[in-house]
Amino acid sequence: MLIVETRSLAKKFGEKIALRDINLRIERGDFFAVVGPSGSGKTTLLRLLDLLDEPSHGQMLFDGVDTASSERDRLALRRRIGIVFQQSVMFTASVFDNVAYPLKVRGANTDLLRKVSEILSLVGLTGFKERRATTLSGGEMQRVSLAQAMVFEPELLLLDEPTANLDPENTAIIEEIVSKINCERKVTVIMATHNMLQVEHLASTAAVLRQGELTEIGSVDDIFKKPSDFLASFARLQNVYSGQARPIDQGLVLVDLGNNVKIEVATQKTGNVMVFIRPEEIIVSTSPIVSSARNMLKGKVIEVLDLNRQVQIKVDAGKEFTAIVTRKSFEDMRLNLGSQVYLNFKASAVHVT
Amino acid sequence: MSAVLEGLAKALSLLISFDPEVYGVMLLTLRVSGIAVAIGALLGVPTGATIALNEFAGKRFLISILNTLMGLPPVVVGLLVYLVLSSSGPLGPLQLLYTPAAMITAQSIMTVPTVAGVTVSAVGSVNKAIRDKALSLGATRQQLTSTILKEARLGLLTAVIVAFGSAVSEVGAVMIVGGNIRWATRVLTTAIVLETELGEFSVAIALGIILLLLSFSVNWVLTQMQWKGSRG
Repeated sequence: MLIVETRSLAKKFGEKIALRDINLRIERGDFFAVVGPSGSGKTTLLRLLDLLDEPSHGQMLFDGVDTASSERDRLALRRRIGIVFQQSVMFTASVFDNVAYPLKVRGANTDLLRKVSEILSLVGLTGFKERRATTLSGGEMQRVSLAQAMVFEPELLLLDEPTANLDPENTAIIEEIVSKINCERKVTVIMATHNMLQVEHLASTAAVLRQGELTEIGSVDDIFKKPSDFLASFARLQNVYSGQARPIDQGLVLVDLGNNVKIEVATQKTGNVMVFIRPEEIIVSTSPIVSSARNMLKGKVIEVLDLNRQVQIKVDAGKEFTAIVTRKSFEDMRLNLGSQVYLNFKASAVHVT
Repeated sequence: MSAVLEGLAKALSLLISFDPEVYGVMLLTLRVSGIAVAIGALLGVPTGATIALNEFAGKRFLISILNTLMGLPPVVVGLLVYLVLSSSGPLGPLQLLYTPAAMITAQSIMTVPTVAGVTVSAVGSVNKAIRDKALSLGATRQQLTSTILKEARLGLLTAVIVAFGSAVSEVGAVMIVGGNIRWATRVLTTAIVLETELGEFSVAIALGIILLLLSFSVNWVLTQMQWKGSRG
């Protein structure tokens, strides 16, 4: 059952076309990612979906209802949708008053304390009720924003790059909450982002926005396992390389990435290729291992980034590779800056475009 | 310098002895300026908020006019009110000239644009993202307006402080339309002018000190409110 449907939706600001011919069909319960570089129209699209702005052309249906109606009807529909903006602003009031705001404007005056407490515990801010919201850290503010958008139990949650300005730890917390909201509370989520890891972890369906137009739409697996050049160019995809491929066996080529780094890739393509290896598909070891993986590269850890439960490491193996390991593995292997490691990955884990 | 010290001593003795005339003048000063500020707030805040929150042709022009009115010379206001309230003026039959009502009217003409002007800038400086936030959380237009005004509350208190400061220290308008009549329309500023003209400098300075104390007390209360509001 569709919760959002847009037909030829377009938005112009003066002469500038911000969005054109947007046709979306988003199922209830879906986790939908809108991916695109800055200025591609992601925020404009989310503002239209939240009925904050009106389209210049086209139609949007929410739960089958045409949203081109009176301000009163649009308000009624908007009250079923929550949104978290990239930049959090707080009302100059306590956290409690901030989170209770959407309930109060709906005229709900009973049970405020229970509802606010429950939602604050969901976002991990129990005990923050009396705090002044404007003095919170960026990550805490974003979690309060999430609580505000969730406290009235919306059917649709819109997220506009909610973690763009946050550190990895807060990003991980927000991701976990958002995933819970979608899986356990069955709230449909539409998230604009250019964080590929986030899309792969959270979303099931995605659309790529380029200069106001949808260029790709489909399942996350389809779109991101073999990213287009355009997607790879802006999405800060890690482990994207161009190289020369020459056949070595049936269905297997050797791609020279330069700097003496050669990897085996399961493909028929030869000549100039672009290859991409998802960081999670690289197995990190401290000594050579015998496995079915066709590729093993030796290198040194040159960067460590704490992602809360996981650790992202950057390894110089002639080319820079990014891999993700669990915190436990990271600690068990006693990895550190300068540690010598082996990177193992299957020829079939390398995606070619 | 001795006049200042004498004035200080005189001010203390007038206050401690509860001099009925001085207290009468003080109360009238508070009443006239207080009511003028209340009128200024009642009319100025909605006017300023309406201008700040809406987009319309001529908005900038209107704000320029408002800013000009904020600098309106009190004597000019006094003169205009005098002409309107004098026996040959359009409101002459009301016989308001030389009454506190005339003084309140004249001061209100100055406090309304002052409060409105400061309100425009206070409301205009509320983060635009607050507006989106309130709307996205389900606020109606009215709820949005009250949310923005609440966010601008420090600026609105500043508007009241500025308006009170200019009203209580103003002399030209109240002199013309009030006439500085003893026990009837004499306020601190007009009393100071009179005592200075009579050469009673120590009394004039004493009254000046009392005016400063009065102004300080009111501002202290308002500033306390502002501090409390900023922690909201």
